[in-house]
Amino acid sequence: MIGRNSLFGPLDPAPDAGYTDAPKRKGFFTDTSVCIGCKACEVACKEWNDVPENLFEMLGTSYDNSHSLNANQWRHVAFIEKPASKPAVDLGMPSVGAPVSEVHEDDKPDFQWLMSSDVCKHCTHAACLDVCPTGSLFRSEFGTVVVQDDICNGCGYCVAACPYGVIDRRRGPEGDPKVGIAQKCTLCYDRLTDGQRPACAAACPTESIQYGDVEELRERANARVELLHERGVMDARLYGNDPEDGVGGTGAMFLLLDEPEVYGLPPDPVVTTKDLPRMFTRAGMAGTALLVGAALSFVRRRP
Amino acid sequence: MSGSTDRPGSGAEVQHGGSPGRSRGSSRGGDRVMVPEADFTSYYGRPIVKAAPWERDIAYYLFTGGVAAGSSLLAGGADLTDRPGLRRAGRIGSLIALLLSVVALVHDLGKPSRFLNMLRVVKLTSPMSVGTWILTLHAPFAGLASAAELVGMLPTPWQRGPVRLLLRLGRPAGLVGAVTAPPVAAYTAVLLSDTATPAWHSAHEELPFVFCGSAAAASGGWAMATAPVAEAGPARAFAVGGAAVELLMAHRMESSMGLSAELMHTGKAGTLMRASKVLTAAGAAGALLGGRSRLLSVVSGTALMAGSLCTRLGVYEAGMASARDPKYTVVPQRERVERGEQVRYQG
Repeated sequence: MIGRNSLFGPLDPAPDAGYTDAPKRKGFFTDTSVCIGCKACEVACKEWNDVPENLFEMLGTSYDNSHSLNANQWRHVAFIEKPASKPAVDLGMPSVGAPVSEVHEDDKPDFQWLMSSDVCKHCTHAACLDVCPTGSLFRSEFGTVVVQDDICNGCGYCVAACPYGVIDRRRGPEGDPKVGIAQKCTLCYDRLTDGQRPACAAACPTESIQYGDVEELRERANARVELLHERGVMDARLYGNDPEDGVGGTGAMFLLLDEPEVYGLPPDPVVTTKDLPRMFTRAGMAGTALLVGAALSFVRRRP
Repeated sequence: MSGSTDRPGSGAEVQHGGSPGRSRGSSRGGDRVMVPEADFTSYYGRPIVKAAPWERDIAYYLFTGGVAAGSSLLAGGADLTDRPGLRRAGRIGSLIALLLSVVALVHDLGKPSRFLNMLRVVKLTSPMSVGTWILTLHAPFAGLASAAELVGMLPTPWQRGPVRLLLRLGRPAGLVGAVTAPPVAAYTAVLLSDTATPAWHSAHEELPFVFCGSAAAASGGWAMATAPVAEAGPARAFAVGGAAVELLMAHRMESSMGLSAELMHTGKAGTLMRASKVLTAAGAAGALLGGRSRLLSVVSGTALMAGSLCTRLGVYEAGMASARDPKYTVVPQRERVERGEQVRYQG
């Protein structure tokens, strides 16, 4: 189905993809202000989806040795160490009744952590899906973007198209049947169809990862950022919640405590296919010029 | 299977140590920087967008695809204007280039055995799908014309029955091949530009013209080097025109693509783009001045082909470098945000 906003603009993706009786769009709201960096989401994702080992190296980059989202890493917890700028604010973390700290405020460590569990954004306008030449990537009835393993031929086009660098072609381990195939988060498609939450959201002990209807998650995110602003956390901001942004808003949105690029996220991502009509127009002009140029080369030249 | 020697994950790009935060932009290459070094933030210097998981054979395909398209056009024109030598050079050039193209394309898939999955959908939002169908339309006709050319070289007594039929199909097939050739040369620009790779996407206005010019220069060069000098006049004109368009539009492209234009002047891509300009200009000058000399035709034709190959490799490498360094993703986007010009839907 081709609608006016099919390439860019606010849209409900499942009906646009042709579903007539689609359930409400599903997604994540990852509230990084309550992420404790436990990586339960990474583990739960690997266990449920049978995602093989990632490259493990002692990177020396804080507590992050899983380094990026890729074909073998569908949830990735980023650790950012930065100098503490102001006294800690109570973010409303769930409490299990730990003893009150007796350390004096001045003696506490002079740095702070930002932790964030990154994931596929399940864009409203998903470049990976747009450019896939085999139809392996498809829009599910939940408005999510999923790879069909048995169709992907590993052309790798989606890898270069994603503005967030999420999807990748699996490179190992050797012998894995999905080596050579594009892989990424499916928002646990097989759990959603059974009315279950995605594995990462189910495993998250602080409810930093919340799953639900995108519409409702947007409201929850707005309420949360307002609350944090009231409490003086002015750095709190939402990412991916605007249906009028460069990718039409994302199914997986985030509450961040610093600029997006600090977390390895692009500050103003745009779906590349927004410019596709223009690109084809320019290519059409260039191709026509080539044909005319060839014809002119033969004009008034007799052998 | 490409990339099989890599370790799982994006090991090649992982940077050790350091802390996130403000950093001076990377100075890789760095012999000639046009824009002041940008101050930007990243996550431990790791890339944001991923580079296409392709090998250099995709860059070679950009070249062979251009040669195939231009050669089909020249062969068609030569056939209509009764230049058998030029027609033969064009058709054989087209055949060789198409065969190399298919090998490069299939080899670069993660699952080469599933190559035909490309044909299960027609998808206008995917330049790769559109390109596959363009090739599917063009290649059989161009191939048929080339086959007719080859059997035409058989001894006369063999040219009977089905062979005669094939000979008679040569002209119509060759003309269909010629008409379907320009999209083969032009779509590869869209293929690269329709990605999040900064240097490729930001070049989308001019890249189709650079690639079409490059296709004309390379195929004209091939025909100059292989066709009889007396018949190669149109090939020389085609090559010179193509070289002029390629040089002019590459220049415009570099001034319109913003920050990632600096990659066209530095590092591996910079070297290739400089070589491309020298070779293309020299080849075009040789075609203009010495086109009637056999030796000069071969030399300048070869220079034009080498120049075209360097253009394709240069654009390819610039894109790869722009994806590996987060600077080219973050800085232009951050500047838009600072100016209050985020990309937003306008009614």
